[in-house]
Amino acid sequence: MNINKLREHLCATYPDLCPLFSIEFGDGSLTVAPERLHSAASDMRDLGFDFLGMVTAVDRGETFELVYRIQSRKMSAGIFLKAYVSREEPYISSVYDLWPAADWQEREVYDMFGIIFEGHPDLRRILLTDDWVGYPLRKDYEDERMIRRPDYI
Amino acid sequence: MALVDDLGKALDRSPGGSIILTSVDAILDWSRGKSLWTMPMGTACCAMELIAASFSKFDFDRHGTIPRPDPRHTDVMVVAGTITHKMAPAVKLLYAQMPEPKWVIAMGNCAISGGIFYYDTYSVVRGVDEFLPVDVYIAGCPPRPEALQDAIFQLRKKVAGESIASGRERKVEYLLPRPEDPRKGDLAAEAEDGEDR
Repeated sequence: MNINKLREHLCATYPDLCPLFSIEFGDGSLTVAPERLHSAASDMRDLGFDFLGMVTAVDRGETFELVYRIQSRKMSAGIFLKAYVSREEPYISSVYDLWPAADWQEREVYDMFGIIFEGHPDLRRILLTDDWVGYPLRKDYEDERMIRRPDYI
Repeated sequence: MALVDDLGKALDRSPGGSIILTSVDAILDWSRGKSLWTMPMGTACCAMELIAASFSKFDFDRHGTIPRPDPRHTDVMVVAGTITHKMAPAVKLLYAQMPEPKWVIAMGNCAISGGIFYYDTYSVVRGVDEFLPVDVYIAGCPPRPEALQDAIFQLRKKVAGESIASGRERKVEYLLPRPEDPRKGDLAAEAEDGEDR
């Protein structure tokens, strides 16, 4: 489905989500407040987005940007669902009950960024060892084993 | 290998035994060098070259270098790829399961020093020689199968110099000059002089 057609369809079905929808680089993205993420994700699933492609996060300094790529087989389209959580209180509700594919994806985001997914059935580290201290993909992560790249390289 | 070790010591001490010892050494070293079965410890992209080396174009079977998935059948561990801190205990365990005598080839820059993952990384072991005794290093990212072939030949030369009696190992002359210990280069000498790097 064309991205503009998708926007019309979304605006006709959910008028309250319409102003949050934007088109960046030819790709749709829906940015919502973190407390509204679960309801927005539920609405998107009802709209026909039946496939969760990936969950990831970006360290933006003060906040973490959570990115969900959701796709629809029926409409042959995909959009990004985004939410910003604060660094001090990185809590967000899990979308495991909507798409079970979120299970390991959210565990990885927890492993690398320390974002707590409330309602996740089994939130523990997935790639790093269980006794790991800290969250390595945060920009302020420090590790005694890490060697910083010198300026001249 | 206890029996062979004792035999080697006894032959070395007995009068005229060295003639038998060198003959036994020659046979053993020849047979070991010509059938270096590999434990393919492929963890990253170097494994592609390692796999390519086994197949028909390069055909390492003709050197007697056959990959075996079981460490108990193998002589050489080819560490082909990045080793992370989580993977390192598994590599160590597989190495411990290999029967003596055993050798290690560090294939590619990641297995030598961590390669491109040397700086700014939290998870990569900087070189497999942090926890394994490496015999041959192959540089490259990744190295060609021809480089692996050369490593097998270099290792064969090293194997040819070994003796079942300890202290009787022959000195091997390599094509390229190599330091006794690759870690004791100029940098180590500078560090010993007390220069702060």
